[in-house]
Amino acid sequence: MPLTTIEEFNIKRLQVIDEAGNADASVAPDISDALYKRFFESIILARTFNQRAVSLQREGRLGTYPSILGQEASQIGSALAFEDSDWVVSSFRETGVFIASGYQMALLLRYWMGDERGMRCPDGLNIYPMAVPVGSQIPHAVGIGIAMNYRGDKKAVAVYFGDGGSSRGDFHEGLNIAGVFKAPCVFLCQNNQWAISVPRSRQTAARSIAQRAASYGIEGIQVDGNDVAAVYKAASEAVAKAKAGNGPTLIECYTYRLDDHTTSDDATRYRTKDEVEQWQRREPLIRLRLFLEKKGLWTQAYEDDITNKALAQVDEAVGVAEAMPHPVTADTILYTNKELSPRQILELKEHGG
Amino acid sequence: MSYTKLNMVGAINACLAQELEHDQDVVIIGEDVGRDGGVFRVTEGLLDRFGPSRVIDTPLAELGIVGAGVGMATYGLRPVVEIQFMGFIYEAFEQVFSHAARMRSRTRGRFTCPLVIRTPYGIGIKAPELHSESSEAVFCHIPGLKVVVPSSPYNAKGLLASAIRDDDPVLFLEPSRLYRAIKVDVPDEPYTIALGKADIFQDGKDLTIIAWGAMLHKAAEAAEGLDAEIIDLLTLKPYDEETILNSVKKTGRVVIVHEATRIGGYGAEIAAFVGEEAFGYLKAPVVRVAGPEAVTPMAQLEDEYRPSLERIKKAYERTLSF
Repeated sequence: MPLTTIEEFNIKRLQVIDEAGNADASVAPDISDALYKRFFESIILARTFNQRAVSLQREGRLGTYPSILGQEASQIGSALAFEDSDWVVSSFRETGVFIASGYQMALLLRYWMGDERGMRCPDGLNIYPMAVPVGSQIPHAVGIGIAMNYRGDKKAVAVYFGDGGSSRGDFHEGLNIAGVFKAPCVFLCQNNQWAISVPRSRQTAARSIAQRAASYGIEGIQVDGNDVAAVYKAASEAVAKAKAGNGPTLIECYTYRLDDHTTSDDATRYRTKDEVEQWQRREPLIRLRLFLEKKGLWTQAYEDDITNKALAQVDEAVGVAEAMPHPVTADTILYTNKELSPRQILELKEHGG
Repeated sequence: MSYTKLNMVGAINACLAQELEHDQDVVIIGEDVGRDGGVFRVTEGLLDRFGPSRVIDTPLAELGIVGAGVGMATYGLRPVVEIQFMGFIYEAFEQVFSHAARMRSRTRGRFTCPLVIRTPYGIGIKAPELHSESSEAVFCHIPGLKVVVPSSPYNAKGLLASAIRDDDPVLFLEPSRLYRAIKVDVPDEPYTIALGKADIFQDGKDLTIIAWGAMLHKAAEAAEGLDAEIIDLLTLKPYDEETILNSVKKTGRVVIVHEATRIGGYGAEIAAFVGEEAFGYLKAPVVRVAGPEAVTPMAQLEDEYRPSLERIKKAYERTLSF
């Protein structure tokens, strides 16, 4: 037998709710009506926050901000598959994950206003500060997972990154190590098709990002990232698998960034209006609304009510964020080390500490 | 108190064993640290004694190892990462600079990173390319990171214990030239040597010599016959300003000796500090003896690259001539 097949791969794509709002019973997960409504309400809240953040940036009240418009199902469907005792390691475009995980919106605003206090994760949550160097957060989740195994904690760690991040060495080293040590990691690739101006096709010649899991001996699956039920199902299964000691999973959430990369970007320079319009028809809220309506869980009055509540919550968060006192310069030194050196103490005095 | 004659490899090994014993949160991770006991045998025997969940052989992935170390540290462990040679640390630089060193700051204290990265450094073992780097200054420039260089088996053991118990990240640079060069009595009991404190290696009144790691011994050899005060910096960052100032006030003359290239080398920081803080006491310009602006050469030329006894002596003579 000079030439034999030593391994074959079969990468699946999961969609539960199609664009017309019809669920496929053969794959539909066991999701309560209450949870479906929570998905809907969380998407509305995240979208309301996101829209306000973009407006605040335009008004000069917020710094550069990366919109999540279009990616809410990928973020919320996955975030809600985890518990508060689990850990979340994220990129900078994960507003929906933060909000769905219970992170205060006022803190998120402070962060995007340029205030480090916004990334002080409240006690009781284990959400890593969002990583700015793309993909560099992936190995952190692997270490957290190894530590969970070491301590015998039945927990999982979610790690978010994009299609661009999947091209970095961090992705390779992280997934590879996680596979070797069966770290309880759920790798959530938010494939939003564009890394600023570079399309997904320039990130890898592979047909999917999901299939790259195969080379690390771990399971990979692509899900329709605009289908919150599919994302939740895949993430829940991956979380259960991780907590059972069966190792990591790579989930490619196939979605689309409908807005510019950040408020400093102009996406019309590199992609067509047609493309964006096509994806607007596939965005996650439309199909979830249709699906809920068919289940008798949606009315216009219901949506108006939760939209108003979301607006009020966001208004309140903006109020809280803008009322926070200016950060103090001394904090930059105070938090550099636990014990300050004599030089740092001198510098602290020079900076009003 | 009982003592055992140990070289630096043995002293570091003893420290690691004691810290693993002392604290269940301490784990060792790196390439070849387990079954092989490390390429320099620094972790020899630890796998057998503490098991594979605490002495962890990893895939070959410096970025991944340090990045995973960051995650483990923020979760509450005290990982001691080994990078096989300093010349291979650069892949992990982003993890050190952008994550480990600033985790406390960017989360305003919610997450911290008690991570130690140990790596052999410097010229001296006739190894292949990029096995003899001394890029300590690059790392000293990172806010939040401590940088430590032992010079003897005794201080290696005590400093490493402090580094592992420290609540912030520490880069622990082990002069490979000294691994097996010196054997001294090392206390069997655990002890710590405070970070940030220099050691007066030799008292003197005419000249202050500042050095660290393997170069300390060469700087001392070159000073034979002189009434020189020799400061072993031990912790490069934060460095012991007080000990330096007290010495300069006494001698008025300073020579800094290091192996790394001169421009932007750590001697520049020390010299600038002395110039700023002790100008009135100086009788002579502060002089650096350092490597040339050239990459660290391979084995055949490494002795020529290192500051020679003659060059160091000439610097002392020049300083003393003012």
